[in-house]
Amino acid sequence: MHSPTNILLAGVGGQGTILAGKILSQWAKISGMDVKYSEIHGMSQRGGSVITQVRIGEKVYAPVIDIGTALYILAFEQLEGLRYAHMLSPKGTMIVSTQRLEPSPVLMGVASYPEGVLSRLEAEFHAKVIDAPNLAQKAGNPRTSNVVLVGALAMVMNGSKEEWMRAVSETVPPKYVDVNLRAFHLGWNAISNLKTEMKDGEERVER
Amino acid sequence: MSKELLSGNEAIARGAWESGVKVAAAYPGTPSTEILENISKYQEIDSQWSPNEKVALEVAIGSSVAGARSLAAMKMVGLNVAADPLMTLAYTGVNAGLVIVSADDPGIHSSQNEQDNRFYGRFARIPVLEPSDSQEAKDYVGIALNLSEALDTVVLLRTTTRISHSKSLVEIGERQSRGLKAYKKDPSKYIMVPGYARLRQPEVLARFERIQEWTESASINHIEWGDRTIGIITSGVCYQYVKEACPGASVLKLGVTYPLPLRLVRKFASEVEHVIVVEELEPFLMELVQLSGVKLHPINLPRIGELTPKMVRHAVESAFDDEEQSIDSVPSPDVPSRPPVLCPGCPHRGVFHIFHKLRLTVSGDIGCYTLGALPPLNGMDIFMDMGASIGMAHGIEKANPERVTKTVAVIGDSTFLHSGMTGLLDMIYNKSKGTVVILDNGTTAMTGHQDHPGTGKMLSGEETVTADLEMICRSLGARRVRVVDPLDVNELESALKEELNAPEVSVIIARRPCALIVKSDEPSMECDEELCKGCGICIKLGCPAMHLNDGVVEVDPALCTGCALCAGVCPFGALSHKEEKDA
Repeated sequence: MHSPTNILLAGVGGQGTILAGKILSQWAKISGMDVKYSEIHGMSQRGGSVITQVRIGEKVYAPVIDIGTALYILAFEQLEGLRYAHMLSPKGTMIVSTQRLEPSPVLMGVASYPEGVLSRLEAEFHAKVIDAPNLAQKAGNPRTSNVVLVGALAMVMNGSKEEWMRAVSETVPPKYVDVNLRAFHLGWNAISNLKTEMKDGEERVER
Repeated sequence: MSKELLSGNEAIARGAWESGVKVAAAYPGTPSTEILENISKYQEIDSQWSPNEKVALEVAIGSSVAGARSLAAMKMVGLNVAADPLMTLAYTGVNAGLVIVSADDPGIHSSQNEQDNRFYGRFARIPVLEPSDSQEAKDYVGIALNLSEALDTVVLLRTTTRISHSKSLVEIGERQSRGLKAYKKDPSKYIMVPGYARLRQPEVLARFERIQEWTESASINHIEWGDRTIGIITSGVCYQYVKEACPGASVLKLGVTYPLPLRLVRKFASEVEHVIVVEELEPFLMELVQLSGVKLHPINLPRIGELTPKMVRHAVESAFDDEEQSIDSVPSPDVPSRPPVLCPGCPHRGVFHIFHKLRLTVSGDIGCYTLGALPPLNGMDIFMDMGASIGMAHGIEKANPERVTKTVAVIGDSTFLHSGMTGLLDMIYNKSKGTVVILDNGTTAMTGHQDHPGTGKMLSGEETVTADLEMICRSLGARRVRVVDPLDVNELESALKEELNAPEVSVIIARRPCALIVKSDEPSMECDEELCKGCGICIKLGCPAMHLNDGVVEVDPALCTGCALCAGVCPFGALSHKEEKDA
């Protein structure tokens, strides 16, 4: 039996990691797989660091992901990508949004936001950077950044696009289906464009 | 039968509906809140928010005695509030089935302690059931209700955050409706005056023997045979960790964790070489297994916080290795922390700013406003349990009457109605000169905006009588009761100064709706770079919508609600609403 596919969604309370996790779980259900999904509510939701964990496979036991075993990390904010990067498996892929939200110690001036987070994630974790806030704006609603990122992840995970779209449609509120599907496509396409660029880049590295 | 992806809490709600529950009551509390929110979607169940957990359980007791299957749900510390009826309910038993859901919070994600409520089962001599996923969470509600009726006992269904807030696939069924069970007047069973209570005790002990016998053959306790070198006894989410970490081991999976099926435990132990127990928090099962005479192989698991599959694997491997292995933990990178904060536009912020400014000793309470204790507001000195702020402030005054002009109790509207009213009554009755600030944002915000008696709406959304905070305080005997707008910091400050020096109890109601419920239509703020001196006074409000950039304040228009609290504290008039300046 294969071990489950572990997906970690990291972000800031209020960014919609929970909805994104629900779409992933719904997709797993549509694909006929076992799934477990774990989230934390309550105090941490008030602008704190939040993670949602999704595990998909033939049979899933634990609802949580161990350090170094996430096959995919979807980071909704740069610093949160860095915070949870140690959760990524050596074989794993990280997708990180360009979104930058300063935590309260930085706003108060008692800590500083690290420089060059995105390039660090690209260099050390081969992270794929997605301009989710901009693409969400293009989709027609800045609050759909989360679904842009789900689109990007779906492309990387190589599932059937139709099944993914069904998962989005069945999860988001009915009146927001269209805008979310647009966001999903923009995220999906952003990765395919990135993939073409990457091929060139990888060749250069090999030379 | 179709499968649905449900959280443990949604599954418990579904289980209550399927097994014919007619009455359900709760007070919101993470991680239990969604149980009643989901039950309220089923028309056949009369569901309600109660002002506190004690009342919720009492409602469920009454409806059980009157013949309806009933459920009360609460977070683990909520059961402390409901412990008084619980301990005597354990004597009376039930009529129709009665289940209490206790949602524990290992890891203290959103609580004030990490208590292990399995001990309540042992304390009250009632059965404790622990599901290990959403399917079991649903099924165990029905099993608990049948058990409750068969053996005349309340049953505790104990979940943890990882069960309540994890989703997994559940086979759903249909509702088995049932009429009311006949009610028969029976004073010796339902009236626990000393004479009857003494007579009841032998019956409680005899019932415990029957529960013990039931658990021996309960199908939710079962052995999964594997390799017989190691046998692992476990329950709840730890069962999932064991299955993942030690796939080959023999496992005794306990669905009932109190009382233990002693014969089954001994049989399991006799057929494996080494027995270990894997559990989170207190060594609850471990002690009971040892009491049964089984010799345990020692294992080193933490008694604090949540376990993970990796921790279980490491502990089991180390238990059979002569050399202690270190767990290969990767340190998380050194990045600034991101603690939760009061939202932009939160009406509580200004109150804590003024507390800090006046250097008050603040006796705090439970809700979003507890975040006012964190930097930069640092506006709290003591914090304990629901409603405690008022009694503790009174105690501070008793210890040193001179402190009264520098001490304040602060409590939210929902918390005040939960258990703050008796504290205020105590203050007034005992001639305190103290000051109480009620932060009235018109909702139970921290748990996700549930209604309460002060909002004028019930769990169903139906309108009802609105509890009037001013009238309540006055009727308790408070003569100085005033309402202020917490965004007007100057008014707030002068009101506080006046009431702190008043020669009797004062209540200040700081009233403004939660910024997440009533969205502001004010334009966002902006900072005039010419006027801003970069003094940072506004930054000390801890608002996520503003920060200092090169000695000048910047406002993030996407986050700013235009509450103008910052303009109220700026000594240089540098902050104003956007349109106002353009006009």
